[in-house]
Amino acid sequence: MNGFFDIPSDLQHSWAGLIGVHLREALLPVAAGLLLALPLALLCNRFRWLYPPVLGVTTVLYAVPSLAFFVVLIDWTGQTELTVMIPLALYSLVVLVPAIADGVRSVPDETLSAATAMGFGTVRRYLQVQLPIAAPAVIAGLRVATASSISLVSVGALIGNQGALGNLMAAAQKYDRPELAANAVLTTAVLAVVCDAALVALRRVLTPWMPRSGRKRTAAPREELLTKGAAR
Amino acid sequence: MNVLSFVQAFFSDSAHWQGYDGIPSRLLEHVQYSLLALAIAAAIGLPVGLLTGHTGRGGNAIAVVANAARALPSFGLLVLAVLLIGFGLLPVMIPLVVLAVPPVLVTTYEAVRAVDPAPVDAARGMGMRESRVLFRVEVPVALPLILSGLRTAALQIVSTATIAAYVSLGGLGRYIIDGLYQRNYEKVVGGATLVAVLSLITLALFWGVGRLVVSPGVRRR
Repeated sequence: MNGFFDIPSDLQHSWAGLIGVHLREALLPVAAGLLLALPLALLCNRFRWLYPPVLGVTTVLYAVPSLAFFVVLIDWTGQTELTVMIPLALYSLVVLVPAIADGVRSVPDETLSAATAMGFGTVRRYLQVQLPIAAPAVIAGLRVATASSISLVSVGALIGNQGALGNLMAAAQKYDRPELAANAVLTTAVLAVVCDAALVALRRVLTPWMPRSGRKRTAAPREELLTKGAAR
Repeated sequence: MNVLSFVQAFFSDSAHWQGYDGIPSRLLEHVQYSLLALAIAAAIGLPVGLLTGHTGRGGNAIAVVANAARALPSFGLLVLAVLLIGFGLLPVMIPLVVLAVPPVLVTTYEAVRAVDPAPVDAARGMGMRESRVLFRVEVPVALPLILSGLRTAALQIVSTATIAAYVSLGGLGRYIIDGLYQRNYEKVVGGATLVAVLSLITLALFWGVGRLVVSPGVRRR
């Protein structure tokens, strides 16, 4: 593998620099999606009739291919990182809203009554009681959203080199150097695995009361979450 | 500027409705790629999922494989496959199948594992062979979940099959890629609308199939 880390200079970044850009373009949208999903899920739980239409809209947005999204957005935001990040943030909603809404809804009634009796208001009860208890479900949603986000950033390479590690793919074609494409695929995969592991570690820190052997428990709900998000 | 006016302009142009670059032929190509990829993914994911779910062995291995496959970027795999194999249908199928196998495999495994053990034991007690226990008891009960795994896979394939156009194949991605290079946003928006509509049709189809094949006793909702 000669020249595996020999990045063409027209990408204007070193290998580590590309990783940094990739993480920024992938993780900021998930964070934005989380900030948007938290109040949305709260509203969906307060007003039950809101839940199906919100899910419907996010599902339709999710069905729009990322490349089409990018190209349409170029009109407003130009060929910038923002153009890549906006669709990714919207995509993450389709996983995060049901994850948070269902997680928060599964909090036992007596716990809620206890919080109310202690004088918690709605917002404070949501932030300090319901969300911590729903943390495993929320993190399961974050894992799916993060993995897909990291993989989708690469498509940004098609709209004028905004794809971070994906730009290596374009360079691989331009200079006929398959090892660059292999580098991009492998590095992206490793990034996804590392971020996933970080989220699992975060769940362990946030929920010290849960059993530590979490493989079965954390692997199982993810698929169900995604199907829920994408289909109902 | 308005997205809706783009959609309207795209679909009312009669030139978009005929010939090899017309909507019918591109739609047909897209459906062909999607069905082929889904069939391959199902041919890999279903048997392995059923077998491991039935025996209860290899769950951890499945989780590891599925997570690893999920971490691979579709677009990157496509470019890599094209560089290594050359242009054609095969390099497009590789990323689509890698994308679709994890949901099918994991959901099938979890679905069969989650079947209530009482009817399974009863079936064994009645002298059913293992294959009959699997296909006459476990599969019918697990069917709604298995279908939901296939549905997730199908939706992701339909939306991702657009990348086929990037490596000179057809499908609805043709409009998006061509529109991008021609600065023809009407085409891009039209192509995206078609893909979104196709996804919704896929959803409806799976709902219909679910109504038809899932036994009423299993359909709780």
